[in-house]
Amino acid sequence: MLRFTLERFAGMVVTMLLVSVMVFLIMEIPPGDYADRYAFRKYSGTGVNVTEADIEAIRRDLGLDKPMLLRYFDWIGGIVLRGDFGQAFAFETSVTKVIGDKVWLTAGILFSTLLLTYLVSIPIGIYAAVRRGSAVDYGLTVFSYLGLALPNFLLALVMLYFANRWFGADIGGLFSDQYRDAPWSLAKAWDMAKHLWLPAVVLAWSAVAYQIQTVRATMSDELNKLSVTAARARGVPEMKLLVKYPARLAINPVVSTIGFDVNRIFSELPIVAVVLGLTELGELLLRAYLDLDMNVAGAILLLLTFAIVFMNFVSDLLLAWLDPRIKLGV
Amino acid sequence: MTDATHQMDDLTAAEARERAAQLKYYSASQWTLIWWRFRRHRAAMIAAALLGVMALAGIFAEFVAPYGPVTRDTQYIEGGPQIPKFCDEGGCSFTPFINGTKTERDPVTLRAISVPDPEVRHYLQLFVKGETVKLLGFIPIDRHLIGLSPDVDQKIHFWGTDDLGRDVFSRTVYATRTSLSIGVLGVLISFVLALIIGGAAGYFGGMIDNVIQRVTEVIRVVPIIPLYMGLAAAMPKEWSTTQVYFAMTLILGLFGWPTLARRIRSQLLSIRNEDYVVAARLAGARPGRIIAQHMLPSFTSFIIVDLVISFPYMILSETALSFVGLGLRPPSVSWGVLLQQAQSVRAIEQTPWLFIPAVFVVVAVLAFTVIGDGLRDAADPYAETH
Repeated sequence: MLRFTLERFAGMVVTMLLVSVMVFLIMEIPPGDYADRYAFRKYSGTGVNVTEADIEAIRRDLGLDKPMLLRYFDWIGGIVLRGDFGQAFAFETSVTKVIGDKVWLTAGILFSTLLLTYLVSIPIGIYAAVRRGSAVDYGLTVFSYLGLALPNFLLALVMLYFANRWFGADIGGLFSDQYRDAPWSLAKAWDMAKHLWLPAVVLAWSAVAYQIQTVRATMSDELNKLSVTAARARGVPEMKLLVKYPARLAINPVVSTIGFDVNRIFSELPIVAVVLGLTELGELLLRAYLDLDMNVAGAILLLLTFAIVFMNFVSDLLLAWLDPRIKLGV
Repeated sequence: MTDATHQMDDLTAAEARERAAQLKYYSASQWTLIWWRFRRHRAAMIAAALLGVMALAGIFAEFVAPYGPVTRDTQYIEGGPQIPKFCDEGGCSFTPFINGTKTERDPVTLRAISVPDPEVRHYLQLFVKGETVKLLGFIPIDRHLIGLSPDVDQKIHFWGTDDLGRDVFSRTVYATRTSLSIGVLGVLISFVLALIIGGAAGYFGGMIDNVIQRVTEVIRVVPIIPLYMGLAAAMPKEWSTTQVYFAMTLILGLFGWPTLARRIRSQLLSIRNEDYVVAARLAGARPGRIIAQHMLPSFTSFIIVDLVISFPYMILSETALSFVGLGLRPPSVSWGVLLQQAQSVRAIEQTPWLFIPAVFVVVAVLAFTVIGDGLRDAADPYAETH
């Protein structure tokens, strides 16, 4: 197991390194550089005449005149060694400050969404497989199709509309008004939990639709195995039999796609966040893109992708623990 | 008479028909068989028909839409859908009509609003004269599929109008063209990339395969919409709508290939040591020719299925990007651009008809998914035992 873990860990580090190169390249794409935008932001409308030499000076100050490779090492070195993501231009402070505790809000949304996804999709998928061909099974298939076809922002809008009608106006966002800028406290955490269910439901929707089908398919295959028939012949009670043989194998594909689910959630996050008014990384990412504040955007894209790579690693380990055949490469 | 003809005579008509059917089945080509099986998949056929109608409406948008995508009707701003009817208080007619409108003050807000005037009837006509537009961009026409007579001082808005008085139905028809064509171009670009990348990985294997696999893995692990957003944000603000349109197809295509490339790679790897491939190689054929002529045909049907099911991702991505203002921008019209106007709960309450384009998104995505499923079943040679 140790060898397996180390191998996977090394793989994770290599992937993260390649991801960081890619993110850096994306940060470099927008035409012009920070010096131009910085000068524009600072002096536009002030009447000060900015010359090419001034911009050149800013460029030197920010270290932007160095070759690309060197800047990449500066950037990634700052992140790895000092946790320093550079300057956020639009906010005139460091990226680390801007991102701040939004990381924890995002993690909160992510884990509540994952929890909801698995709590709903695994039991329902198993049920659908056991009652294959029933009206419920048929209805779930239709739901899955719809769940994957509905654009998430539309779902968010519709949910927001009904939430507003049923639970009153104070449902969008992550906090009630009185807690928005308050320091963290138990009351604030509880308030957040009360707001978290809406984004969790919206984000979990398509993942649930997808995973129900996965669980149902694997479960159906496993139910036809001889081990199940043999157990039934031995007189094992139906419920115990289901849990002991097919169900524990049916969750394997779910575990192996945890990283994929995280990817999907992060992919949908910026758009859902805009509609629901969530103040977390996805919304900040979108704002940074619109402002072309590429330091902030790059930092967030990097963090989100690292989280996905890490969850892939976790899912590999979990799977190896659940199903020892994998680790042996059988 | 010979024995053979005697035998023929002995066959009953039903048996002869059955034999003929069998003969037809065994001599049918692979594609004919797939088509026969696909035809029996009722949901997929319905989906294909729906998509066909959508595509036709999109291609001939100028003819189908009664008005231009940016034509304003200042008499009917943020007005609700006008549904043609056959009957009103004044009796019934064989031709559908809508009632005229008159302007009144809203008793509460005192805003000027349009209310139906039951006194006046405007009848719908087919092939009415209207704005002169260029069909497919170059054929000038002034006839439109359906509308009100040009003599009537009123326009018909089947699905209402937006805050500038633009006809939602017409805009949706034009948007269908944009959104579907972006999907098609995006899928084509990613298909070509997948062929080259997956082909190289699968055919050469070894070192090249390893490097490509690594890169593919990195692209797959980055959340796709934020990645698209980053590239879309980099588009210069002064670009024309055409430039933005092609840039969008490029962006969507540029990162859509990993799934398909993996499929091509694994299929190629599994057959690259087959005798006929080795024979072609020994005969001196070049890699490109071997892949295209000898290897790809053995799994074309799988590729087609993968292409069909990658449409929804393109369409949903375009819609999402345009929705948040990072994709196509007005004055272009796409489903996402139209839905930009429906971003708030206020819109659901006051102008729900602005959500009609969303129905198109859902139907298109569902249709592609169902067709993909139907094709997959149809392309599976072991689906039936004959």
